[in-house]
Amino acid sequence: MSSPTVLFDAPGPKARRRHRMISIFTVIALLAFLAVVIWRFNETGQLEYALWEPFVTPAYMELIGQATLDTLRTAAVAIVGAVAFGVIFATGKLSSHRIARWPSWLVVEFFRAVPLLMLIFFIWSLYGFKNGILIPLILGLILYNGSVLAEVFRAGMNAVPTGQVEAAYAIGMRKNAVMRLIQFPQAVKVMLPAIVSQCVVTLKDTSLGYYILAPGLTVAGRAIWREYDNRLQTALVLAAIYILLNLLLTWVARMLERRLNRSEANAARAVNEAARAARA
Amino acid sequence: MTVFFDNFDLFLRGFAETAKLLVAAGALAMVLGTLIAVTRVSPVKALRIVGTTYVSLVRNTPLLMLILLTYYGMPRLGIDFGFFGNITLAMGVYTSAFIAEALRSGVNGVPLGQAEAARAIGMPFGLTMTQVVLPQAFRLVVPPLVSQLIALTKNTSLAATFGIAEATFRLNGMLRDYASERWVIFAGYAAGYIVIVAVLSSIAIYLERRWKVSR
Repeated sequence: MSSPTVLFDAPGPKARRRHRMISIFTVIALLAFLAVVIWRFNETGQLEYALWEPFVTPAYMELIGQATLDTLRTAAVAIVGAVAFGVIFATGKLSSHRIARWPSWLVVEFFRAVPLLMLIFFIWSLYGFKNGILIPLILGLILYNGSVLAEVFRAGMNAVPTGQVEAAYAIGMRKNAVMRLIQFPQAVKVMLPAIVSQCVVTLKDTSLGYYILAPGLTVAGRAIWREYDNRLQTALVLAAIYILLNLLLTWVARMLERRLNRSEANAARAVNEAARAARA
Repeated sequence: MTVFFDNFDLFLRGFAETAKLLVAAGALAMVLGTLIAVTRVSPVKALRIVGTTYVSLVRNTPLLMLILLTYYGMPRLGIDFGFFGNITLAMGVYTSAFIAEALRSGVNGVPLGQAEAARAIGMPFGLTMTQVVLPQAFRLVVPPLVSQLIALTKNTSLAATFGIAEATFRLNGMLRDYASERWVIFAGYAAGYIVIVAVLSSIAIYLERRWKVSR
């Protein structure tokens, strides 16, 4: 890993002047952009109080708060289910029996390759396209995120130094004990940051409840914009809520990462890399 | 089984739309992502801050929110590129943040000596980047870039209720029309996506082998 500074020399007086010019230009361009946006908002009447009113009205704020809780609950249930799913299929993929490895591989690959929304639509069709049910959303999230987590768990178990595993075998432990007592406790620490960033993905994907009208932030937003005809404003507010929640989660992940020592941090980075590859 | 093949033209047309979205949004994401990646490693602090903010904002916004903003929001402001343009814009912007991250880690993965050598022979930042670092970074990031394109392929499904008749829209329609055949229909459309993903990853493997730099 190189620090970005290796790409350029320490700036001299001339370069510093140029950098200052670019900085000033950047700031001016940003301000100009913001000004244009605000001007467009104003010009087209999107700043009208009536369009923003629901977001300062207690009843609607309560509705949005409730919807946020619904969304968080959906995400929490999905994450717990996905962790269970991931543990089962990671164990399957790490098994020494071909009969367990092969189907696990197939399931994980399938649910990673298929779009989540398609999965949700299919499960919804099994429930007769009933409005307002959460099960298709939650099941879809569990299947997709569980498959990604299975890859994370597998990478985490494999990131435990081989010396540890060999030593455990050398003192006569069986595979089951090695995985349970030696690999797993060390792997958990390294996997935590990747698991938290998967939580961010799950939380973002709860927005897909919109397509099947499952209770949550997006559907609450839909109710508001149908009443006030303020799609732009509602979308902005919802996006802000999602960004805040996700930044909070990302911050937790960073805190967890900071508590690891250097070799663990390297392993955690490798697991994170695996997670990123698995997500696609 | 017959229902699926009777409607095979819908299936093909759906995936043609998916492919169109993929190509348009993918191209936009590549261009935007490269620009953002450059700002994130540039010597000017203001640019770095802009790049970092962009990436963290876009990455933490659900794609659906971006689609709502471009599809419903922008026309309200008098900016409208049409159905396809607005959705492509949302998907391109969303994917560009991830592509920028992949490229940045690629830039960091190019050995120190390369950038140092470029500087030693007097190349300024622009030349160092365009002639020495980025060409090597692109090779390093082929696998992560393709993962992002695969993710984009799956994300194009979000266009389903926004006036674009892509594959997932067709799937939804067929599931509603032919409930008894739903397993076959689901398997067929899943296979369609899996084929796209498989093609993309085999391109990645080919390019990775071809461009491998021996060190």
